[in-house]
Amino acid sequence: MAETSILSTLGAVIRRDLLLALRRKSDVLTTLFFFVIVVSLFPLGIGPEMAMLRQIAPGVLWVAALLATMLSLPRLFAADHADGTLEQMALSAVPLGVLVTGKIVAHWLLSGLPLALLAPVLGLQFDLPADALGVMVLALLIGTPVLSLIGAVGAGLTLGVRGGGVLVSLLVLPLYVPVLIFGAGAVESHIGGLGATAHLSLLAAFLALAAFFGPWATTVALRIALE
Amino acid sequence: MSNRLVNWFKFASPQTFYPLAGKLIPWFWALTAAFGLAGLYIGFFVAPTDAQQGEGYRIIFIHVPASWMSMFIYLVMAFWAALGLGFNTRLSGMMASALAPTGALMAFLSLWTGALWGKPMWGTWWVWDARLTSELILFFLYLGFIALQSAIDDPRRADKAGAVLALVGVVNIPIIYFSVKWWNTLHQGASVSLTKSPSMAQTMLWGMLLMALAFWMYSIAVSLTRVRAIILERERHAGWVEELGEIRS
Repeated sequence: MAETSILSTLGAVIRRDLLLALRRKSDVLTTLFFFVIVVSLFPLGIGPEMAMLRQIAPGVLWVAALLATMLSLPRLFAADHADGTLEQMALSAVPLGVLVTGKIVAHWLLSGLPLALLAPVLGLQFDLPADALGVMVLALLIGTPVLSLIGAVGAGLTLGVRGGGVLVSLLVLPLYVPVLIFGAGAVESHIGGLGATAHLSLLAAFLALAAFFGPWATTVALRIALE
Repeated sequence: MSNRLVNWFKFASPQTFYPLAGKLIPWFWALTAAFGLAGLYIGFFVAPTDAQQGEGYRIIFIHVPASWMSMFIYLVMAFWAALGLGFNTRLSGMMASALAPTGALMAFLSLWTGALWGKPMWGTWWVWDARLTSELILFFLYLGFIALQSAIDDPRRADKAGAVLALVGVVNIPIIYFSVKWWNTLHQGASVSLTKSPSMAQTMLWGMLLMALAFWMYSIAVSLTRVRAIILERERHAGWVEELGEIRS
């Protein structure tokens, strides 16, 4: 009984956030276009030699994904904080951790998942082979939830703080380093013929760790912000 | 047992800790000077010139202690942060924020002296070596901690938010270190290794240890001075602060 109610609450939070995002599509789309534009700027800055572009493609796509995720972080809790929904959530009978998990999942569905689905198109611009594109998507699918989970802690800590948007980047980007290394490394080692299994396994390990600690730390951060 | 416990917790209050810190600071400065002078003397005059690196190697007497301190201070900071978060003690949070600037300074010194050492030894200011890169990220973590604390006006909230960040950072530091290490071996960036340096002469080791002690004492003295300033700033409305001799005069 209790289990089903927690699961249904989780579903309700996810559905609510997705619905809110659908009613205000520009927020989500702006982040996606940011991702596309940043990735497209690199060839303009570096030059159109395909050999060079193929080599830097995984790193460029991942750094752009990091920045795009980070840009979308402030809207994770800000609106709910402003209209008092977050306080009601903290007071409700359902554990705050469950609600926070729901919000993080919704955030990933709105930022990480579209990035992963868009990445192959951008990868084609960089002349990545088809199988490398597959690894890229897989790495993004495993890695971007970690970005949402770690980012949620930063978003919770900077909630309602002066200059929160810039501050969150300073807090969160150093913590994104391992995901960046192994996410881009997966594609590179696949292209290099070493196979991407090791990198993807490590990314999955990060995901497991972050899924355990992330919502918990975010809950603590939110309670501090709501005090 | 109860007697000991009472003594332990007596100094957990800013009111009792403030004069204690004031009494301790001159001693730590004296120790800093003593260890520092001895260490510098050994470093400059006693330690032999390195066969391969010449005189330039002497920068390690600053570089190595600074790197050690930068890592150790983060741990101490996270320890105080956890204590503050767990027991809701005011002084722990103040201690954590007093340590952060010193830690950042040490990380910066370590990077800066490392670059100065790298230019004559490796022929380049910077290599993407695992240690250098993780030290750089550690420096960023310190900056994030300081930035977060200074962005929050309410000191209690700043303490707690900083504590969460410090703890998240402490969980991440080993992960970051090993990822950077693995990334470095995959890329085969630098051909120079810090770990394969020839074994050190006994006097060099002594000089380094003395300098490390001097850095310890300096860090303690500076952090205590800073924590006293923080206590005064935050407790300025308290009655005991107004009764302090140095405030009234």
